[in-house]
Amino acid sequence: MIKLNPHTAEKLAKGVIWTVALMVIAVLIFIIVFILYRGLSVINWEFLTRIPRRSGREGGILTPIIGTLSVTLLAILIAMPFGIGTAFYLAEYTKDGILTRIIRFCTESLAGIPSIIYGLFGFIFFVQILDLKWSILSGGLTLAIMVLPTLIRTSEEAIRAVPKTYREVSFSLGGTKWQTIRKAVVPSAIRGIVNGLILSVGRCVAETAAVILTAGVSLSMPKSVLDSSRTMAVHFYQLVIEGISMTNAYGTAAVLIILVFFINVVANMLINRFVAKGR
Amino acid sequence: MAGSRKNNSRKTKIETKSINLYYGNHHALADITVKIPARAITAIIGPSGCGKSSFLRLFNRMNDLIPGVRVEGDALLDNFSIYGKNADVVNLRKKIGMVFQKPNVFPMSIYENLVIGPKSHGIKDKSLLNGIAERCLTQVALWDELKDMLKKPATEISAGQQQRLCIARALAVDPEVILMDESCSALDPVSTMKIEELMLELAKDYTIIIVTHNMEQAMRVSDMSAFMMIDQDGVGGLVEYSRTSDMFSNPKDKRTEDYITGRFG
Repeated sequence: MIKLNPHTAEKLAKGVIWTVALMVIAVLIFIIVFILYRGLSVINWEFLTRIPRRSGREGGILTPIIGTLSVTLLAILIAMPFGIGTAFYLAEYTKDGILTRIIRFCTESLAGIPSIIYGLFGFIFFVQILDLKWSILSGGLTLAIMVLPTLIRTSEEAIRAVPKTYREVSFSLGGTKWQTIRKAVVPSAIRGIVNGLILSVGRCVAETAAVILTAGVSLSMPKSVLDSSRTMAVHFYQLVIEGISMTNAYGTAAVLIILVFFINVVANMLINRFVAKGR
Repeated sequence: MAGSRKNNSRKTKIETKSINLYYGNHHALADITVKIPARAITAIIGPSGCGKSSFLRLFNRMNDLIPGVRVEGDALLDNFSIYGKNADVVNLRKKIGMVFQKPNVFPMSIYENLVIGPKSHGIKDKSLLNGIAERCLTQVALWDELKDMLKKPATEISAGQQQRLCIARALAVDPEVILMDESCSALDPVSTMKIEELMLELAKDYTIIIVTHNMEQAMRVSDMSAFMMIDQDGVGGLVEYSRTSDMFSNPKDKRTEDYITGRFG
């Protein structure tokens, strides 16, 4: 091996790191620009507010938008209390022991399972056994289980990252455990927890395999959470795989990207506005 | 010595009765018995790792937060048991406030830092909270400096101001005792001097116990001094406890003498 002098090594390391980072950013920007370039021209008021006709060849993507939003919202609402609650339990209320090891092992295993397996489980359990049919509810429940590991892990990390001194100060002021969590831990961990939520929203919005098997592919307007509805990602998939309309597929993809971007921005604005005061 | 006020007839505020502390199997503190006078400053000194902080944290039961901690013996606050079955930890910590080594303000506004304690004890009235904030900031001589920036993040003021804010935050819950765990060690000399002046001022109304590795500080501010050391087995214990003026002019134990004359530690 050639021995580099420290100065050259420094330059080389800097060069490599910069190159790698720039390449990654370039790829990301390329994908976004490419899709927006192909898709933005399709997007107009009609595209956003009309129900798809002729399997999506014509009309808009109103029902897939509603399907995406309702399935995602439902999944997050279901997963949030369980995920964040488990995270607080693991980080604050229990010592490391057999139970926590089992919970961690399970969440880590769950995190590594391909989403189609969740879809299969959801199909058998929610759709068939519980007889919820292909519905927004089945899809939401399935996605909730799917994002739980992410939510638990990101929340737990955020909670553990809160400096120990905050807890000490709160206790030293005569705070109870719950007051300490609420006043000293949550305000500092909330950003990380919300980031975990946004990550989960992203996974829900982007998911195809698990929802296609549980929420179905209906294009008509759902009347309740017990109706089937397809999400934008599924719509996109169908449009491409069945050769229905590449133009509308790109339009859908562009809306999807804008939606994810929008959710990120709004979530961050809300944090800055309401919880990160004085931070 | 600045801190050598009369304290012969002072009543005892805190008393430990052969108290022992274990971290799991490790015997950290052995059989410490002291009587800490009210409205005075008591300094706990000794070499690093002798258990000064652990001892200090026995008074407000902060050691409870560490898994596997066990305490034997008892400590009394105004003759009430701190470790007894009926002891109320939350109430205890209201009475015994604490200031830590590094300024550890919460990442919120100065005002929120001040009222977080009272709020958690159920005070909701805005004007009452404002009054508490003003009183405590005045007590630590920060009111004039900070009164126009109470809504600013506490992290934006200087480290010395932050530490004084931490003291004010502790005062806000109306404690009777204040524990200070090397509270000047992260500060510059000017800030240290201000905190020491503050300690002397506060000692008129509060019982103050400090841990310090700075012997000049102990001499400058404290009335009583407790010298601690660990033995060969790593068990911390009290070597000598007396009036600061006596300890530094006429140490009774050879180990105390060696330490305060700078022969080790």
